Amino acid sequence: MRIGVITYPGTLDDRDAQRAIRLAGGTPVPLWHADDDLKKVDAVVLPGGFSYGDYLRCGAIAAKAPATKEVIKKAQQGLPVLGICNGFQVLVESHLLPGGLIRNEHQHFICRDQKLRVENNQTAWTNLFEKDEEIIIPLKNGEGGYIATDDTIKMLEEENRVVFRYLELNPNGSMNDIAGLTNERGNVVGLMPHPEHAVEPGFGPDTAVATRSGIDGLKFFQSALKALVNS
Amino acid sequence: MFKNKNQPSGVDTVENAKSEPDKDQPWKELGLKQDEYESIKEILNRRPTSSELAMYSVMWSEHCSYKSSKIYLRQFGEKVTPDMKKHLMVGMGENAGVVDIGEGLAVTFKVESHNHPSYIEPFQGAATGVGGIVRDILSMGARPVAVMDQLRFGAPQDPDTARVVHGVVDGISFYGNCLGLPNIGGETVFDKVYQGNPLVNALSIGALKHEDLQLAKATNPGDLVILFGARTGADGIGGVSVLASETFGDEGPTKRPAVQVGDPFAEKVLIECCLELFHAGVVAGIQDLGGAGISCATSELASNGGKGMKIQLKNVLLRDESLTPEEILMSESQERMCAVVPKKKLKDFEKIVNKWEVEYSVLGEVVDEDRLYIDWGHEEIVNVPPRTVAHDGPVYDRPVEYPKYQDALNADSSSKLKRAENETEAAAQLMELISSPNHADKSWITNQYDKYVMGNTALAMPDDGGMIRISEETGLGVALATDANGKYCYLDPYVGARQALAESYRNVAVTGAAPRAVTNCLNFGSPENPEVMWQFKQATAGLADACQELGIPVTGGNVSFYNQTGETAIYPTPVVGVLGVIDDVARRVPSGWQDDGNNIYLLGTTYDELDGSAWAKDLHNHLGGRPPNVDLQKEKELASLLYGATQQGIIEAAHDVSEGGLGIAILEASLRFNVGARIWLTELMERDGVDLTAALFSESQSRVIVSVGREDDVKFQALCEARDVPVLRIGVTDKENQAVDIQGVAKLELEAIRGAWAGVLPGLY
Repeated sequence: MRIGVITYPGTLDDRDAQRAIRLAGGTPVPLWHADDDLKKVDAVVLPGGFSYGDYLRCGAIAAKAPATKEVIKKAQQGLPVLGICNGFQVLVESHLLPGGLIRNEHQHFICRDQKLRVENNQTAWTNLFEKDEEIIIPLKNGEGGYIATDDTIKMLEEENRVVFRYLELNPNGSMNDIAGLTNERGNVVGLMPHPEHAVEPGFGPDTAVATRSGIDGLKFFQSALKALVNS
Repeated sequence: MFKNKNQPSGVDTVENAKSEPDKDQPWKELGLKQDEYESIKEILNRRPTSSELAMYSVMWSEHCSYKSSKIYLRQFGEKVTPDMKKHLMVGMGENAGVVDIGEGLAVTFKVESHNHPSYIEPFQGAATGVGGIVRDILSMGARPVAVMDQLRFGAPQDPDTARVVHGVVDGISFYGNCLGLPNIGGETVFDKVYQGNPLVNALSIGALKHEDLQLAKATNPGDLVILFGARTGADGIGGVSVLASETFGDEGPTKRPAVQVGDPFAEKVLIECCLELFHAGVVAGIQDLGGAGISCATSELASNGGKGMKIQLKNVLLRDESLTPEEILMSESQERMCAVVPKKKLKDFEKIVNKWEVEYSVLGEVVDEDRLYIDWGHEEIVNVPPRTVAHDGPVYDRPVEYPKYQDALNADSSSKLKRAENETEAAAQLMELISSPNHADKSWITNQYDKYVMGNTALAMPDDGGMIRISEETGLGVALATDANGKYCYLDPYVGARQALAESYRNVAVTGAAPRAVTNCLNFGSPENPEVMWQFKQATAGLADACQELGIPVTGGNVSFYNQTGETAIYPTPVVGVLGVIDDVARRVPSGWQDDGNNIYLLGTTYDELDGSAWAKDLHNHLGGRPPNVDLQKEKELASLLYGATQQGIIEAAHDVSEGGLGIAILEASLRFNVGARIWLTELMERDGVDLTAALFSESQSRVIVSVGREDDVKFQALCEARDVPVLRIGVTDKENQAVDIQGVAKLELEAIRGAWAGVLPGLY
């Protein structure tokens, strides 16, 4: 299974996402922002970073890139798409997901091992999790505060489209502790925490068992591979 | 625009310099001394043009020329054995040293100061400090893979400290995170001596294959000289000469325009672009633009290659069209690189920079002459031997004087300070110390830095050293730690510098890596003060001697003088960084215990050494006496033991015992994973003949606490015996009781310790 990873100018976690795909058993395919050829990939990851320096609004310029336009088109046809952090911001700016992401409430960048609850395990990227499973995924962002209108929040909650919720501590002031969302169809998922940083023992978050041994992020990519096999 | 092409533009040309030899020049305002100005005239056989004067003034500044430190820095190159150099691919003098780590791989690392700009404009000062050191690493052909910061702030409660802390931390966070480099460690120290002179040192480390090594040299006549990256603007003009080389007056920050402004996005793109250029083999020489900008890049590239250059300065792409040639030559605009490119590779070069949408312009070419020519349109404004600008600057043997206060300071020992009279008092002092800003939780700072990006971070703060995997195939990696204890260096700069190296070396050893090379950033007061020069002389001798004794070479570094406000200099603060190599990062050792029932051992001997300690300074506001003794033979044996035990996978956790003593080390190792311990100190007190205060707070060197699984006990003790390292079981880890139970002293609940420790910095800032 071939999963594409888009690199925009200023993308930082593209190689990490490629490694995660490899460790999950897939074949990572590097994609270039200026190229509208998605190379017939079976799924796409929009990785974290500071595309275009985040100088306009985070993700706003990347949302207009030729590769992103192609992703939007294919996503509407069911292509599995995962947006991580800056990638989540791109998905929101592309209107594949509703709402917006603003400066963290406390005004600081924050990097921490974040506990999350999996609220929806019916998406292309979460089908290997148990419902209500508690996982630890590194979070690192300056503009991760999720906001939306009351109607949108109500709709998201009613339609079970909140995929992840922050537990114990809301690190950025997100409404309803929302850490990640999906679209109506469940093929597009965006979240602020970084699953690609919790895929390899020794380099993930600390756990009660051993230092840096957390690999809860691996299931994101394995879920996508499973969804692709089943489709 | 409609001027006749051959009309004089009004700039000061070489012709003018000859025809108007007596013109008054602002050499003094540019930071040059009278005799320096005279020697420029001697070199050129005429007065310099204003552009030449600008170049000499920045390149001969203290910051660029090391004129006051050079005679002392030489010993880092002289006090080395062939054995010490066997892993050294590039030594001092290049942008950064390069160390062979095996498997065809190498790393390059260096620490640099950005102290003065960070006081004036903390956010941009700290941000561009990161940017500058990362470009140094990049210019060696390496991919930057991590950063660290060594910070010294003023008194924690002073309102101005908050301004500096917020600005500096935000600046590092803004730049480093956007650059995509994990921040894996560093130091934060508060002391009022740094009130008007905070220290902001930035370290970066890069990885490369041996064959990818790049050097800053222009050796082939005809090759093109290309400036690429950000455009040149009015920022940082004269920064090096006016800022970094002058003492701040008491009136505070007024020199704002000389601080550079950073754009991390431009730098990230520049990194990827440069790495692609290197791999495509289109670059024959590369130099980053930092202090002294184009003046430095052109003269150094030419001088290093033993050639000359012919440059058309009008070809520089500008952000501000009104800049004069002098300003262009001195501008320290960030995110710029200068490449030497063979003509036949120009097309390939263009293709790559265009892909990354990086702007470039060809400034000129390399010539087979010992001359740097710079034209402004049709007029010649610079005509100098490049070596005289870049490398043959003035060298001073400044007056050195044993400080008048030194004897009294050393006589004023901590012995008169009130020790804990009973166990309750000792426990109260321990709690007071763990909740003092210097020992409190630093995660308010470190949580603002990305430590995950790149996916190769094996250890990061709060562990003793940072560790990065370099080879994903084999797990080969490097560990890095930095240290400097300004208080010890103030008491005795020779011993203090040795201690900084010893502690850094130990912090690398506890991670499981084998120490291999050294970098340093020497932060001192004014070199024009003979007492400061004495400190510098002692510290450099101490460090060079200690490197020789430990058998690891200095690969490069930086000197920052003039860290003083009025007559008050900072404590001499030689930040020493040690790089270690580990064959598989999977073997790394964290600084805290996790398993239940493991034995806790103290390695090394505890003496009654409280002078200069955290106990004396932070609890009694006393600094005097003699710093703890440093025995490098013991450090070597200890490191060798730790390395051997790690190779056998015996050690679960290892934590350096340093500032704050054994008491603080135990609390930190317990807080790391929230696993408690039962500790007994009576045997230690008996064996080493110390009282409870010394047992808890002495800062004797060459000590580490480790936790070892019971099944490995015999093996571990045998290892210690074989290496003659004193070992004593002082406790066991205890997962059930959420407490550090120091028997006969106090049972401190982890929650209570955490409460006292974690809230301090968020409360202050």
